[in-house]
Amino acid sequence: MSQPTQLPRWIDIGVLPVWNLAIALLVAGLVVMVIGHSPWQALTVLLNGALGSVRGLGYSLYYATTFIFTGLAVAVAIHAGLFNIGGEGQATLGGVGVALVALWLGAKLPAVVMLPLLVIAAAAFGMLWAALPAYLQAWRGSHIVITTIMFNFLAAGLNGYLLVNWLRPAGSMSVESAEFAESARMPALHQIAAALGYELPSSPLNLSLVIALVACVFVGWFLWKSAAGYAVRAVGSAPRAAHYAGIRPRAQVLLAMAISGGLAGMVGINEISGVQGKLTLDFVAGAGFTGIAVSLMGRNHPVGIVLASLLFGVLYQGGVEVSFELQGFSREMVVTAQGLIVLFSGAMATVSAPLFAKVYAALKGGR
Amino acid sequence: MSTPAVRLQAISKRFGAVQANREVSFDIAAGSVHGLVGENGAGKSTLMAILYGYYHADSGSIEVNGQQVHIANSQQAIGLGIGMVHQHFMLVETLTCLENIMLGAEGGFFLTASKAKVRAKLVTLMQETGLQVQLDAVVADLPVGELQRLEILKALYRGARILILDEPTAVLTPQETDQLFITLRRLKERGTTLILITHKLREVMSLCSAVTVMRAGQVVETRPIAEWSEEALAESMVGRKVTLGRPEGMEVNAGEVRLQASGLSLKHANGVPALKDVSLTLKAGEIVGVAGVSGNGQSELLEVLSGLRAPEGGRLQLGSASFTPGAWLDTSQARPLRLAHVPEDRHAVGLVMSFPAWESAVLGYQNLPKYRKGASMNHAAMQAATRQMQERFDVRPRDENLGSSKFSGGNQQKLILAREIGEQPTVLLVGQPTRGVDIGAIEFIHGQLRALRDAGCAVLLVSSELDEILALADRVVVMNCGRITGELAIEDCDEKRLGLLMAAQEERAAA
Repeated sequence: MSQPTQLPRWIDIGVLPVWNLAIALLVAGLVVMVIGHSPWQALTVLLNGALGSVRGLGYSLYYATTFIFTGLAVAVAIHAGLFNIGGEGQATLGGVGVALVALWLGAKLPAVVMLPLLVIAAAAFGMLWAALPAYLQAWRGSHIVITTIMFNFLAAGLNGYLLVNWLRPAGSMSVESAEFAESARMPALHQIAAALGYELPSSPLNLSLVIALVACVFVGWFLWKSAAGYAVRAVGSAPRAAHYAGIRPRAQVLLAMAISGGLAGMVGINEISGVQGKLTLDFVAGAGFTGIAVSLMGRNHPVGIVLASLLFGVLYQGGVEVSFELQGFSREMVVTAQGLIVLFSGAMATVSAPLFAKVYAALKGGR
Repeated sequence: MSTPAVRLQAISKRFGAVQANREVSFDIAAGSVHGLVGENGAGKSTLMAILYGYYHADSGSIEVNGQQVHIANSQQAIGLGIGMVHQHFMLVETLTCLENIMLGAEGGFFLTASKAKVRAKLVTLMQETGLQVQLDAVVADLPVGELQRLEILKALYRGARILILDEPTAVLTPQETDQLFITLRRLKERGTTLILITHKLREVMSLCSAVTVMRAGQVVETRPIAEWSEEALAESMVGRKVTLGRPEGMEVNAGEVRLQASGLSLKHANGVPALKDVSLTLKAGEIVGVAGVSGNGQSELLEVLSGLRAPEGGRLQLGSASFTPGAWLDTSQARPLRLAHVPEDRHAVGLVMSFPAWESAVLGYQNLPKYRKGASMNHAAMQAATRQMQERFDVRPRDENLGSSKFSGGNQQKLILAREIGEQPTVLLVGQPTRGVDIGAIEFIHGQLRALRDAGCAVLLVSSELDEILALADRVVVMNCGRITGELAIEDCDEKRLGLLMAAQEERAAA
């Protein structure tokens, strides 16, 4: 039996996510109350810290940039019927690619040549790291969820190995590479502003945000406008129909995962070239997994992903401020709040849908 | 007259803009088999869903055995002795038959005791009704016919005295259908009231004691079976005269050979042969029908000829191109060679259900230059083409933006046919073109296939409906156990000869 009432679009993509977010904040507020803080105060500090100053806003947008990349990566794979949990590893490899090229050529090339080269390296390394599990899935039948998880560990191991044995400058005790040359560093917003004669407080926000927005446009075009995207979506939702239509499913799996991995690899540009200026351990810090929540919340659509990334960016930045400002309000508390949002807006996103359907039907019937 | 088992009075139901039922009234006599027929979307399923408590009528009343009742949900319907056997079975594949029957009626925390009780009751019930089911077999391992018996048994076990059967024969082989009818007659003798929803008028004529025809949400008429004929039913359903048989003067004008397959062989994954030395020739301007009980290699033959699957042995000549198992025809090569295919499974293969109609309408032709703009798809051209297809093939509703899954079966099939015929194929492979499709659409689809043949296309028609093959084909090949057991010109075909060939008794048919 089909569902007699369907939610109109404006409720489905407008009201429902706001409602879910409100429930998540309410529950988070209750938890804050239970441990003896004022939820109102926590929320004020959080929003103030994330949005109240140009510097805070810069941080929020910098976090959002990373989430856009990992969120898009998950979305592209999902449209091909694949669950890419390997964003973490692909992002790590993106950073490794950036570092290798930057350390190898950085001193010899000007930024105009260097920066595009780094973008290509980040994407290529991420692609490679996603293409291997894709090949194993399409041609060898290994499940991509399992292989991508394993490749996260392999990526972390590879990064550690490279840093400890090859990239660490002689005599250095810390596990990180040498600093990149200036030409291999993605310009930060405050630097660009300074060059134009404006003064902005320093923040990690850099040109990668522009690349992320371009990536959104590309993903939207690829999935819904391009011929390749048509084939990818056909394979993702009806593999037998796709085969019938002369589309080779294996090639589409490889293509979708390569693009997915390439997007995740771009985290390396934002973090390594844009902020750190050197390769470090664990610089992805869970952003690959957050990308799953971002994509879920954004309904696997670039516009939704930008909005969800902004939300998570604000939460990350605001969360840091809250744990600084409020005595006894630990970092873990902020993680709990983030977890609740993932739970209500991602995993349980459609739980309230029947309720809205009923209310909508009742209102409409009453008219 | 005695109290009717069910009396429906002025039932109306509206979904948004659609009036699914309008003032529907009729009686179903106790102990009768009552047929309910009508085209897709006529409101039969909605009406039965109201009777079974899934939906609530906006107005009107229901009497069961003379008592006015309010049926709020299916538990209450079951309590009133109403049972329903759905077209798509409601069974848990990994459980045994016994466990499936107990599901929802476990009666206690520990299963062992209640299992024994249920088993004893079922054994008696099976003896009384002749519904034989292997109680300890896992559902996933059983054939469709047995699953249907299980569904009926499940409803009877829950005390059903009024049984609704929704398209019970749609998925059955002819033998299983015969078996089902024996069972249904037996149930009728025991006093069970049966409500039969079906598209197959011959079944209605042979089984029902009265028939209600619905059209556009309303009852057209209810009459005892003696006052109906197949033609009258069809006309009443569609609202105009319908001709489904073979038109007079269909001449055979076969031209040059378009497709020649020789010695095709294929094995299932478990090693059982699916095709054994199958050879077949298709000529321009003829329809070759493939008859046979489903599951005798017809599906595999279509898969191999369309490039979905490579055989282990044999050869295929398609126009001037020839293929051998090592380098078999690929689905991406088929359409450029002007080989089109209307697949048996329109839901999983023929359409991408999550796509809007205008994306599904170019499936397989997505690389044609007219649908492309460089690396992008040309959405405007795709949408325009879809509108044209919908217009030409009378696909309803005429909405190119509607989801592929939102169309009725007949309209989905018309869209697929429009797509596959649209590029003027020289060879068309068609599998079960009218399965689950209503009469008006069948007439239309048959007309299109004949027109295509007259235009010189070579058509291979696989159908489990003998009537369909007799109405369309110029030549009939019969398959049994993966082998072609006979080939007859249409003049020599009659149901008896074909039936014998389908059962692989070649010698007797030849004699």
